[in-house]
Amino acid sequence: MSTKLDPRTFALETKAISKHFGAVKAVDQLSMSIFSEWITCVVGPNGSGKSTLINLLSGMLPIDEGIVVIDTVGIRVLKAHETPDHGITRTFQEVRLFDQITVWDNIMVGLTERRLFPSLLERTKPRHQERAEEILRSVGMWEKRDAMAGDLSYGQRKLLEIGRVMALDVKIYLFDEPFAGLFPRMLERVKDILKEMRRQKRTVIFVSHNMDIVRELSDHIFVLDSGTLLAVGEVDEVLGRSTVIDAYLGH
Amino acid sequence: MALSTQAIGKLVRRTRDLRQRPRFARGNIELWANLIILSWSAAFMLWQGVGFAIQVSTFFAIWAILAVSLNLVVGYTGLLSVGHIGFFGIGAYAMAILSSDASYEQLRTEAIPTFGWPFFAALPVSVVLAGLVAVVVGIAFNRFRDDIYVLVSFGFAVIAFNIFLNWRALTRGAFGIHEIARPEIGGWTVNGTFEYLILVLVFLAIVVLISWFIVTSSFGRVLTAIREDEQAIEVFGYQTAHYKLAIWVISAMMAGLAGALFASKTSFIDPNSFVLLESILLVSIVILGGLATIWGSLLGAMAFVMLEEGMRFVPFLPAEHIGQARQVVLGILLVVLMLFRPQGLVGKFRL
Repeated sequence: MSTKLDPRTFALETKAISKHFGAVKAVDQLSMSIFSEWITCVVGPNGSGKSTLINLLSGMLPIDEGIVVIDTVGIRVLKAHETPDHGITRTFQEVRLFDQITVWDNIMVGLTERRLFPSLLERTKPRHQERAEEILRSVGMWEKRDAMAGDLSYGQRKLLEIGRVMALDVKIYLFDEPFAGLFPRMLERVKDILKEMRRQKRTVIFVSHNMDIVRELSDHIFVLDSGTLLAVGEVDEVLGRSTVIDAYLGH
Repeated sequence: MALSTQAIGKLVRRTRDLRQRPRFARGNIELWANLIILSWSAAFMLWQGVGFAIQVSTFFAIWAILAVSLNLVVGYTGLLSVGHIGFFGIGAYAMAILSSDASYEQLRTEAIPTFGWPFFAALPVSVVLAGLVAVVVGIAFNRFRDDIYVLVSFGFAVIAFNIFLNWRALTRGAFGIHEIARPEIGGWTVNGTFEYLILVLVFLAIVVLISWFIVTSSFGRVLTAIREDEQAIEVFGYQTAHYKLAIWVISAMMAGLAGALFASKTSFIDPNSFVLLESILLVSIVILGGLATIWGSLLGAMAFVMLEEGMRFVPFLPAEHIGQARQVVLGILLVVLMLFRPQGLVGKFRL
């Protein structure tokens, strides 16, 4: 495993970022460096700030203090609609699809024109259709393409949400609990998608409570506790530390 | 050979991917709604004769422009606005003031500025004016959503009505404005009701075409995504505030167009045509026909106009109560529809 810890470039760095909700410090002076082209896992007990961190990195919550460095560019204010320009996208812990439009349109939204006036003139393009078909087949939803997203089962919704972010051609993917509540067969599919992303030299950051999957997938792990960094490093070593075990079981 | 079969296969797939099933293949209720409303309207018009048909169709066209434009905001983008009548009023008053004739001054004590512009000069100005007001209002509204949005749009309708009623130097208040110009095309004045109907239908066709172009574009797909989850679509790199403002302004300009046509048709307007209740009736038409469907709005407008006219033939109903009875029937229809068919007559989307 030692080769994995060779110096690499960072895809994403946070420098002492904080987020307060009233008196509660959800994320407190957190500095972390995410290696590019690796799968990084963020674990921690409930309420340790994992989801808040994902929300901060995807611009859905404003950062109170500190900066985020993406590709050596320091960003103080990260806006949600600018995150794809910075090369970031995300999925949600509780699945958030566009329920009353079709599976097909859910994917197409990730592919089509962003600018206002060009999008008004744009009709469906063959290259978008080909890419959408490719994505739907890879998440196993091609047969369901005409169904309303809201009519799908939980597992299918989870897969569709992952397919939806695949439509974005970005460098960094944030997955908030991508494995929660999935059947083994779908679990394998999501694992394969994450591994395939690593093969395509994307940076993947995911949050999970399933330690078997964390051990299997992660190249690098961050353990959060009460909004601060408890441990960081190579998976098996970090998960074996007594401080980490205490954080999970001790409270 | 292999290449060509591949190409054909791709073509077939693409055509199938358009996923545009015929309109009548979506279910029996839709088929019946279409059949009943269309045949009822046709029979009614045949029974009452040509003059009636022309009159009713003209009002249908004006209501349809309003309903289709409101559906862009309410149905597609999910912003439940009850202030649409304000833009209708702005269009109507702009047309009235710009085209009213100085030589015809019924009430000299309440003099208002008169310009005497021809119809086709006043029309684009009215539309643009409604659009400009919509830009200002839309920027203020962009921070709101859901139930708060209903409230602030309610506020806009009330403010608009009170301006029409109380800015007497401009609108002559409750007295209203008379003698609004008739459309003129190259020296030929559109005086006959039939010619006017054709004119209004042409504008309706333009509005429907523009709306269709919008909702079938990538822009339209983004609007539906905003309706479903605005925060989630932002993460995909769309600046939703711009999209919402754009569709709001387009919709308001269409309403302004309807207002200008209405003013010119009736050649007299007063603030009573622009009360909040009309706006709520308009929202009912949109919901009745079906949210996020242009055809549904046309059908809803037709049903509404026919209902209004049909009320005249209800026995034992005094003429002065027709308006109220219409609202009662429309209210009952809306409740029944929400209970048993929340997606409207031909819609797919539920509120």
